[in-house]
Amino acid sequence: MSAPARTRIPQRTPEAARPRRARRAIADASWTFLLPFVLVYGAFLGWPLLSGLWISFTDLALNGAGGDFVGTDNYAEALGDPLVWQTVGNTAFFTLITTVPLIVIALAMAVLVHAGLPGQWLWRLAFFMPFLLPVTTVALVWDYLYNDDFGLFNQVLGVFGGDGLGWLTDENVAMWSVAAATVWWTVGFNFLLYLAALQSVPDHLYEAAALDGAGAWARLRYVTLPQLRTVTVVVILLQVLASLKVFDQIYLLTMGGPGDSTRSLLLYIYDLGFTGYRIGYSSAVSYLFLAIVLVIAAVQVWIAMRRKA
Amino acid sequence: MTVQITSRAARRREAARDRARQRALILGGGRTATVAACAALVLLTVLWLAPMVWGLLTSLRTEQDAVSLPVALLPENGFTLEQYRSLFAAGNIQLWMVNSLLVAVLVTLFTLVVSAPAAFAMSRLPFRGRALLAALTVGAIMVPPQLLIVPLFQQMVALNLVDTYAAVILPQLVMPVIVFILKRFFDTVPRELDDAARMDGASNWRLFTSVILPLSRPILAAAAIFVFITAWNNYLWPFIITTDPALMTLPVGIPNILNAHGTFYAAQLASSMVAAAPMIIVFLFFQRHIIRSVATTGLGGR
Repeated sequence: MSAPARTRIPQRTPEAARPRRARRAIADASWTFLLPFVLVYGAFLGWPLLSGLWISFTDLALNGAGGDFVGTDNYAEALGDPLVWQTVGNTAFFTLITTVPLIVIALAMAVLVHAGLPGQWLWRLAFFMPFLLPVTTVALVWDYLYNDDFGLFNQVLGVFGGDGLGWLTDENVAMWSVAAATVWWTVGFNFLLYLAALQSVPDHLYEAAALDGAGAWARLRYVTLPQLRTVTVVVILLQVLASLKVFDQIYLLTMGGPGDSTRSLLLYIYDLGFTGYRIGYSSAVSYLFLAIVLVIAAVQVWIAMRRKA
Repeated sequence: MTVQITSRAARRREAARDRARQRALILGGGRTATVAACAALVLLTVLWLAPMVWGLLTSLRTEQDAVSLPVALLPENGFTLEQYRSLFAAGNIQLWMVNSLLVAVLVTLFTLVVSAPAAFAMSRLPFRGRALLAALTVGAIMVPPQLLIVPLFQQMVALNLVDTYAAVILPQLVMPVIVFILKRFFDTVPRELDDAARMDGASNWRLFTSVILPLSRPILAAAAIFVFITAWNNYLWPFIITTDPALMTLPVGIPNILNAHGTFYAAQLASSMVAAAPMIIVFLFFQRHIIRSVATTGLGGR
């Protein structure tokens, strides 16, 4: 946007210039600007945060039974619950195997598109379009691709004489399959962030590299990648937080199975509350999860700040 | 008409020149680098388009062809629109599309109505607790909304709002990242403009609506597009709070009806394609705007 021209009016503090007239009191009051915000955030963020915290210290059930204060029993139970530890492990594993390709592939896509080859429109459409799909479409399309019998992957493996894999039915494979579908679905977002960052790399750096006789590879290695360091820190932060929150695609593709091999922490929280009806316990696990998320975010922000300093 | 065509051609030529310059800068003149980059791009594009293309092709088959072994590239019974015909004949999908549109539009509108004045206050108005409120807003970005589903559901039960549009929409208005981005933008608008407006006797609201908002159109548009996409594709909350098919949005409705019918792959994929189509069509027309919006909002307004 274009910056407006500066006015020639001499600087004065607004307070001094403002005539004190009663009919303007309402129009000037700060609270009128904040009222909708405070109401909405109070009712749908602040209140559920506080009531959830209270519920986590009770034995409340979804059907309204219970509700007695049980102290820290739920938290103690959660720390001793093997499924909590397994789903934490699953979530960490999913975060690891999605974050790495979601950064590397997005970076590769952005660098390639930024090189200015013809067909810009098509590349952008292909890489970004999946991000705009509803998760239901993603899940149904990949569910069919992964089908043991009629799925494209096992059909192709069959052509090459392979046996075919239980993409969503084998405990050792299912999480990788969910991760692959996730990478396909969401890589476009990181791709755009990298593309935007690349557009702000100044041309003169490439011109200087060209003068030094740097080829395409050297320009990538010594100009492009160092310029992307700052945005990479941001992308990693966003990506780790997004991957930790995985729910939708796992719920639709495997429901956490086979066994509990793809059950993420959020899926377990959902199961405890809405299938198991134990919302007191479910809330306690939620707050442990929130604590993990906040600690990870704080560590990442701290690392980012230290790099800057 | 002719003028427009020439200017468009000229623009296209200019874009081609820019691309050639870009190519020379980044890849150098080398043929090997250009060919390698081309090959990598084409490979990635084929990989990224293949799942949707396969889904689309399957949705155009008969149910027998979708599950016949081995799956043939060209179906035995030919391609057919049968799946789409029966989908639209059933009628639910049109309803869900209208619901999705209604919810996404209202969420977008109300999110801006809630966020923009608050962002303005945090950027401009001297009230007690301003710094604290701004810090809380940043902190709220870190709270995964999925964590609130249980207490929010309880709240909706208590308010007797389960299976209402209000329950679907209201919690989605909490988007602290939008408040943060708008505040950050308002902070960059020069204070001299405030002083000038105030000299003319403008109230805070007048300053907000006549000076700040008109200058903020691009960032407001970016925020609106981002909120719309998020709301249109939102799954978990609408899924939890709606049990009545008449109130479901597209992503929630589609797997629902199919569970009732058993597993029909071609029909499933046809409904998936219909659910995907509106956003893809919008993207084809507004590619630049959407890309800019998502990049700006994704990076927190940087």
